[in-house]
Amino acid sequence: MLALAVVAISFFALPLIGLIWRAPWSKAWAYLSDHAAVTALRLSLQTSLWATALSVLFGVPLAWLLARTQFPGRSAVRALCTLSMVLPPVVGGVALFFALGRRGLIGQWIYRWFDYQLPFTTAAVVVAQTFVAMPFLVITVEAALRQLDTAPEDAARTLGASRWYGFRRVTLPAIRPALVAGAVLSWARALGEFGATITFAGNYPGTTQTMPLAVYLARETNPEQAIVLSLLMIAISFAVLVTLRDRWFGNRRDTAVLS
Amino acid sequence: MTLAAAITCEVGSLQLAVEFAVQPGELLAILGPNGAGKTTVLRALAGLQPLDVGRITIDDTVVDDPATDTFVEPARRATGMVFQQYALFPHLSVLENVAFGMRAQRVPKGEARRRAYEWIDRVGLAGHAQHRPGELSGGQAQRAALARALATDPRLLLLDEPLSALDAGTRDAVRRDLRHHLASFDGMRVMVTHDPVDAFALANRVAIIEAGRIVQTGTFEEVTAHPRSRYVADLVGVNLVHGVVAAGALTTATGAKVVLADASPGPSFAVIRPHSIVIVRESPLASSARNVWHGTITEIDRLGDRVRLRVDGVLPLTAEITVAAFEALALQRGDSVHTTVKATDIEVYPA
Repeated sequence: MLALAVVAISFFALPLIGLIWRAPWSKAWAYLSDHAAVTALRLSLQTSLWATALSVLFGVPLAWLLARTQFPGRSAVRALCTLSMVLPPVVGGVALFFALGRRGLIGQWIYRWFDYQLPFTTAAVVVAQTFVAMPFLVITVEAALRQLDTAPEDAARTLGASRWYGFRRVTLPAIRPALVAGAVLSWARALGEFGATITFAGNYPGTTQTMPLAVYLARETNPEQAIVLSLLMIAISFAVLVTLRDRWFGNRRDTAVLS
Repeated sequence: MTLAAAITCEVGSLQLAVEFAVQPGELLAILGPNGAGKTTVLRALAGLQPLDVGRITIDDTVVDDPATDTFVEPARRATGMVFQQYALFPHLSVLENVAFGMRAQRVPKGEARRRAYEWIDRVGLAGHAQHRPGELSGGQAQRAALARALATDPRLLLLDEPLSALDAGTRDAVRRDLRHHLASFDGMRVMVTHDPVDAFALANRVAIIEAGRIVQTGTFEEVTAHPRSRYVADLVGVNLVHGVVAAGALTTATGAKVVLADASPGPSFAVIRPHSIVIVRESPLASSARNVWHGTITEIDRLGDRVRLRVDGVLPLTAEITVAAFEALALQRGDSVHTTVKATDIEVYPA
C-alpha cells in the first residue's frame, strides 16, 4: 500500500520537479515582466474573476433550485448544468460557438439587432470560463444546502421573514464555507481554462490570450518562457488549494463547537 | 377569539386527521409518542405544512383552507414557534436572534434592539445578549428561543417538545421557569410533548394523539382518571399528587401524607404509577412499604389483561392489578381496602 502511495506522490511531484529543474532561474524575472506575459496574466485575472462573479450570481440560485424544490426532470436539469465538468472543453467551445456565434442559434439575432458578435472578444473568454467553471460552484453549494438543517430557515419564516430575507440572513451565512470553497474552485477552473477559450474566443494577445494560451504559444516559440509561466500558474493553483484546505478544516472545527 | 383547527394531511407514511380548539389563555398539550404526528400538527398551525383538507382559524382569520384556496404564509401568521432543538441562528448573537423577527418585519433598528433587550431581560438572559447560541446552556437556549418567538407579539404560541433537548438534571428547573414565563403570555398556546409530566406541569388541557388521530381530550385529571383505552392508560394513566414537601413527606391539601424516599422541601407534585400500588384487604401490620392509605373501591375497569381500580379516600388513587390478582381477592365495588406504595417507587418533581 505504502509503496503504491509513494508511486502516486512521485507521479504528481515529478513533472513539477522537472519544471523546476529546467527553469531558467536567472532569466525568470525578465520572462515574467515581459509585456506579453504581463498582459496575459492581467487578462487571466480579470476574466477569471468576472467568471467567478457570474458563477456565484447565477449558480447559487441554481443550486437552491436543485436542492430545495421538487420538479419533474430535476435530475436531468442537474446533469445538464454540470455536463461541462465532464465534457472536453473544446466541445464546450464549439457548442458555445454554434449557440452564440454570428451565425449561431441566439448569436444571429444578437448580431442582427445589436450589430454585436460575441466570439473572439474578452466577453467571450468570460462566457467560456463561466461555462466550465459554474458547475463547480453549483455542486458544492447544492451539497451544502442539502446537508443544512432546515429548522432555522423555518424559524425565520415563522418570525415573519420573507423567503429572500431568510435566505440572505440565515441560509447564506450557514453555507458560507461551501460558497467560498465553491467560488475558489470555480475561479481556479476559470483561471486554467484553455479548450473552450481557444475555440470560442480565439487567441488574440491583449483581448483573448489568457495565461494558459500564452503558455501554449510560448512552448512553440520560447520554451524557456513557457516553463516560467507554467511555474507561475502552478504557484497560484498550489496557493489556492492550500488556502482552501485550511478553510475547510477551520470550518469543521467551528461547526463542532456549535452543534 | 380562539384557535380552531381541523387538520388533515399526509406526510410520508403519516396520515394525520385531527380536530381541536384552543381558547385564549389556554395551553393545550398534545401528548403522544414519537411518530404520532405531533410536530406535523404544529407545522400545519405555523403554515410550514399546508393542509390537504380542513381549515385553521386563528382569531377569526382563516389562515388555511384548501377548499377556498386560502393559505396565509408563515411569515404573515400571528404565530410564534419554539422549535424542538430551538433552531437559534448560530451566527447571530442572542440580541440579534431575538430582534430577528422585528427586523424582518421592518421595525427600525433602534426600536427592535430596545424591545429585544426588554425580552432578554424578561426571560432572565440579561448579560447574555452578546453571546452566540453556542455559548448558552440548554435552558438558556430555550429561553432565548422563547424570547425570540414572543418578541414578534404572536397570538398563538407553539412549543415543540420544549424540554426534550435538556438533560435530566436541568429539566426540572427549566420546566418550572418555563411555566412561569408561559403564565405571562395571554394568547393561545399549543405544546407537543411525549412526556406526561411536562403536560401535567404546563398545560390546562391535553389531547392524546395516536398514529395521527386524537383519541382522547380533557383536563389532565380527567384523562388520567378515565383513560379510554389501554394506550392512553399506558401513556398517561398515572396518579399525580400535588402538595408541599416537608421532612421527607408530601402533604396534600386534603391532609393525606405521602412518604418520599428523597425530596427537597417546597411545593411539589408526586407521580405514583398505578402498577406500583399494592391492594390489600386488611391493614398490613408489618410492611416495608412506607405508605398505607385506607379507601373504598368506587370504579372497576377491565383493560385487556389488567384491571384498573379507582380507590377513593383521603388520597384518591388509581391502581392497576392483574386479572388474576383481582379475581383471587374477589374485589367488588364498595369494598373497603388499603393501598400501599413503597416510598422508593414514587417520583417527585418541584412544582
